[in-house]
Amino acid sequence: MSELTLLLIRLAFLAVLWFFVIAAVGVIRTDLFGSRTPATAPARKAPKPAKPAAKSKKGEPRQMVVTGGPLQGTTITLSETPITIGRANDATLVVSDDYASSRHARLFPQDGQWIVEDLGSTNGTYLDRSKVTRPTPVPLGVPIRIGKTVIELRK
Amino acid sequence: MSTPSVEPVPLPAKRRLAQLAMLAFAVVITLGAYANVGLAIDGQIPSGMLTYGLSLGGFMLAAYLVLAKFAPWADPLILPLVTLINGLGLVMIYRLEEVKAFGASANQQLLYTAIGVVLFAVTLVVLRDHRALQRLTYTAGAIGLVLLISPLLPFIGEDINGARIWIKVPGGQLQPAEFAKLALLVFFAGYLVAKRDVLALAGRRLLFIDLPRARDLGPILITWGLSLGVLILQKDLGSSLLIFGTFIAMLYIATQRTSWVLIGILLFVGGAVLAGLIFDHVQARWEVYLNPEDPELFVKTGGSEQLMQGLFAMSEGGVLGTGFGQGHPERIPLAISDFIFPAIGEELGLTGLMALLMVYALLVERGLRTSIAARDPFTKLLAGGLSFLLAWQIFIIVGGVTNLIPLTGLVTPFMSQGGSALLSNWILIALLVRMSDAARRPAPQAIQDEGMTQVFQR
Repeated sequence: MSELTLLLIRLAFLAVLWFFVIAAVGVIRTDLFGSRTPATAPARKAPKPAKPAAKSKKGEPRQMVVTGGPLQGTTITLSETPITIGRANDATLVVSDDYASSRHARLFPQDGQWIVEDLGSTNGTYLDRSKVTRPTPVPLGVPIRIGKTVIELRK
Repeated sequence: MSTPSVEPVPLPAKRRLAQLAMLAFAVVITLGAYANVGLAIDGQIPSGMLTYGLSLGGFMLAAYLVLAKFAPWADPLILPLVTLINGLGLVMIYRLEEVKAFGASANQQLLYTAIGVVLFAVTLVVLRDHRALQRLTYTAGAIGLVLLISPLLPFIGEDINGARIWIKVPGGQLQPAEFAKLALLVFFAGYLVAKRDVLALAGRRLLFIDLPRARDLGPILITWGLSLGVLILQKDLGSSLLIFGTFIAMLYIATQRTSWVLIGILLFVGGAVLAGLIFDHVQARWEVYLNPEDPELFVKTGGSEQLMQGLFAMSEGGVLGTGFGQGHPERIPLAISDFIFPAIGEELGLTGLMALLMVYALLVERGLRTSIAARDPFTKLLAGGLSFLLAWQIFIIVGGVTNLIPLTGLVTPFMSQGGSALLSNWILIALLVRMSDAARRPAPQAIQDEGMTQVFQR
């Protein structure tokens, strides 16, 4: 093997190694900039495109983000299914918090809006400053407080 | 009551294709490196390349299939990143075996990789819900302790190279500490979930820092005593630092209280100074750290020769390295295990080392990301702890071989030759994969069946 070939192989190998790193970063780019392919993603799963498509409107929230408390940073993507929050292990968002009940509150979609409902918790659920006494629609970006946890709906 | 659409929202995509492509890429890079070694040493592509490539590719394909079946939502990058690191480690060991470096055996390492993949698969298949581990908090703690102590027992324990960290098993030895750290981590996570409120809230403010109450110092003191015990009785500096550091990090993740970190650092420094004054082997490491270039230390047994050879190798490599098969990494004592990092540094140079560290960093990032995305505190703590364990281990060994911190003798995860560490790290990866699967899976839909509380549409 000539020196030159080996040199070229060496440089090529290092380049490929870095290309791997860059490709890996490309795969996780969605973590930083959000998913840019919501339009193509449902198309890949063809079976039932009609129903969600008909329901999704522009101002509809897509994510529930935990903005305060021990679970801060957790994001749950909203679908058609309700979200339960509480200390119970089968809750969608499991909070370990002495101020939360085991089934504390529920969020569910109705006519394109998300509604928060308190499930008879001991310490109550707060939407912004006011206590939730009956199912109340949740506007985008308004904090919901459950014990020490604060969540928000976002687009 | 109408049934909501069964189909989950596809937004946090599975990215299976991306995963498969990256996996293939990692295997191809490994094969390229393997061919490169052969071309440089013998002037031809090594004859075993096909078998070697097929077996490595086969293992990883098997791991991928198990993952796709049992943890379909798992993070797409974890497996490819591990594959690349493991593959490069295998190539380096093969390359050292070619020049008859002491103890290097690529076939043995390939066998261990196979067993590692099997353990990875078994963990994924058996452990369908990692939260089952939370119920085993104290059992895991007890298992961890027994494993840590086991090398000290007569008959089964064994003393190799001055460290009593081995036990005899049929067909070789095992380092139980490698598995103990996983069990202890599960224990720490479960324990801290239960007790973190009192550790986080009780206390009083002194100057600018929140101090915990004296009686809450129990857990940290016990762990400190445990790691000192490992240091003194087994002469294993690395594991001691690893266990204590990981505990402090998890305590910090659980309580968000800086004072625990300060207390931890003070305790560790105190313990290390004390151990340095009393025990020769700790003091010897310290002297080597301060004056590695001292000729007297260089020639002494257990002196600085290994460290210096590693540093020479990395300086020989420079920015672009000597190229695979064209350096002399066999001159570093124990280049196959603790010093595989400088050996890679010689052949791939700073550019290669940085790429390698980036791969490790991405792996840790995926773990921490899992921890952030997790929906319950136990998963958060366990994923955070496991990722930190990996990062901390890499820091300790890379810091050690570059003389940034005193050398403590740990393996480089997934690269160094050695069964125990490889196997336990594959289990660690399986746990991370399992947790990332749970964290990225769309919200569960099963709760509808309860009926009672679920009337939500008229």
